[in-house]
Amino acid sequence: MNVSLFVMQCLNGMQLGVLLFLMAAGLTLVFGIVNFVNLAHGSLYMMGAFVGALVYNTTGSFLLGVLAVIPAMLALAFVLELLVFNRLYQRDHLDQVLATFGLILFFNELARMIWGPSPYYMEVPAALSGTVDLFGIPYPAYRLLIVAAGLAVALGCYLLIHRTRIGMLIRAGATHRAMVGALGVNIKLLNSLVFGLGAVLAGMAGMLAGPILSVQPGMGEPVLILTMVVIVIGGIGSIRGAFLGALIVGVIDTVGRTLLPAVLRGLFERGTADTAGPALASMLIYILMAVVLALRPQGLFPVKHG
Amino acid sequence: MLTPSPSSRIAHAAAVRPAASRRPTLYTLFVVLLLAGLALVPTYAALSGQAFYITLFARIVVFAIAALSLDLILGIGGLVSFGHALYLGLGAYAAGMLAQHGIDNGWIHLGVAVAVCAAVGFVTGFISLRTTGVAFIMITLAFAQMVYFLAVSLNQYGGDDGLPLAASSRFGNVSLADPATLYYVAFGFLCLLLLFGTRFIKARFGMTLAGIRMNERRMKALGVPTLQYKLGAYVIAAIVCGIAGVLYANLTQFVSPSYMSWTTSGELIVMVVIGGIGTFVGPVVGALAMVLVEEGLKSATEHWMFIMGPLIVVIVLLTRRGLVGVLHSADVRRAAKTAASGKLMEGRS
Repeated sequence: MNVSLFVMQCLNGMQLGVLLFLMAAGLTLVFGIVNFVNLAHGSLYMMGAFVGALVYNTTGSFLLGVLAVIPAMLALAFVLELLVFNRLYQRDHLDQVLATFGLILFFNELARMIWGPSPYYMEVPAALSGTVDLFGIPYPAYRLLIVAAGLAVALGCYLLIHRTRIGMLIRAGATHRAMVGALGVNIKLLNSLVFGLGAVLAGMAGMLAGPILSVQPGMGEPVLILTMVVIVIGGIGSIRGAFLGALIVGVIDTVGRTLLPAVLRGLFERGTADTAGPALASMLIYILMAVVLALRPQGLFPVKHG
Repeated sequence: MLTPSPSSRIAHAAAVRPAASRRPTLYTLFVVLLLAGLALVPTYAALSGQAFYITLFARIVVFAIAALSLDLILGIGGLVSFGHALYLGLGAYAAGMLAQHGIDNGWIHLGVAVAVCAAVGFVTGFISLRTTGVAFIMITLAFAQMVYFLAVSLNQYGGDDGLPLAASSRFGNVSLADPATLYYVAFGFLCLLLLFGTRFIKARFGMTLAGIRMNERRMKALGVPTLQYKLGAYVIAAIVCGIAGVLYANLTQFVSPSYMSWTTSGELIVMVVIGGIGTFVGPVVGALAMVLVEEGLKSATEHWMFIMGPLIVVIVLLTRRGLVGVLHSADVRRAAKTAASGKLMEGRS
């Protein structure tokens, strides 16, 4: 294991981390404000990827694909909220889990019916297909773009939440929902706004991940589960927790998958290491989650309730 | 904020029992008919020559056992576990791995499944029960996913493709290779569990668990070690589901990581909820309805999930207490009516 490979894996981990953050931001805010469990968040990610890929492949413009995702996700979020979610906000978690579970089945099958079961091909845009020289280490430009875009969105989210009036209302709504409503703020509208924003971010994550991961039905669920681990580690309802949690999970998962088998090969004989390595690597973040929970049940960066 | 909102619906189904009357309630009548119907399935299958019915209904009974075990923590304890299929998978893998190493003794299969499920249930339960509400849902899901990925990476046991069951579990002269035998064993176990369940709800453990669901803080104030009760229930549910897993491996003659995928966990929750939560009979009805609807839709269209998904959403939005809950409220109405007319008679005499 040399240094350049390690740096590269760290960058790959960052890239997974920012994608997870795009997912986690929306999910954690909706949890925080309305206490709503939305398992279908992974479906939004998948639909974003498919819509983006469709527009990109038809027009040939990646930028157009990215731009098309925004109105498409807003429309989808609006329809979903109108038809289903509005009726779920007041229900208990069990009903929310079940209904959104039904939605996942629906969206996966919908995608399978429209685009077929096999992965839908999406190319890395030509302008970004080369590599960038990072201190002597060649790194794919597109992946670097993802990291940059993710960090930019994270900064945007931070500014929105901590520096604007809407952000102040969102934070207030997350801690004292009834009081904010009593002060004359339309909390329903605020919630729709947050949900729409979360949907757009999830769709963006899907679109950005499209060229490097495969775009196919059911692609949302593995990401959704990782996102949940991120939220649990970071602390529910906290944007800061989502960001740091996402980076931690992204880097540990990616680096662990390359580093762990190598380390084990040094400790045990080859056969044992080759079996245990991948198994242990895939369990690593869940073990991390268990440790975090055992020590701090509220997550690493919980929201401070005044 | 993160404590689950108290659900009047859950409390209702378990707590409201029609006043004891000499007339059998609709509910008891229904349970007797349901069990009699299930008991006659192999006979019917033999008479009609449709062996397919045995395997279909065996699947229903096995899932009924798994869903019933989930109902113990979900319905009575109010713990929304989204990773219960983990134990179905563990039970199945216990049988599958032992069979691969040439051990076909059913008692050993069962013993190992029970021990592994108890151990895993204890450790993961201890960690997940530190949290409540949404976090609990996500953690149970994540633990199930963790073991799922572990199973996928076990290449010597089939990995992603799964593992054919090398030998069926054999209890002395009784082998579970025969579908009818398997059916009767599973059905007998289910009946035992139902019997146990009706006692459990009224017993100290069940009452305490229900109390914790309704108001954990108050139970703690009363001096009840709530974590011990919740963990105990969680481990029992894990063990029962593990036994269902051993049966399931024998039924399909195959063990696959998909047994513990998150979709299976979701389906188990659907069964419990559409059948009627916190009743133990509800999950049986739910498993029956779910598997039959699934089979029906599958034979109608390849894209059955396209209909199944929205169907689940509609059921959740419209019904609040499941199929068994409907019977209960009918009984309560009837009991109220009888009581009212009884009073009327007293007044006249």
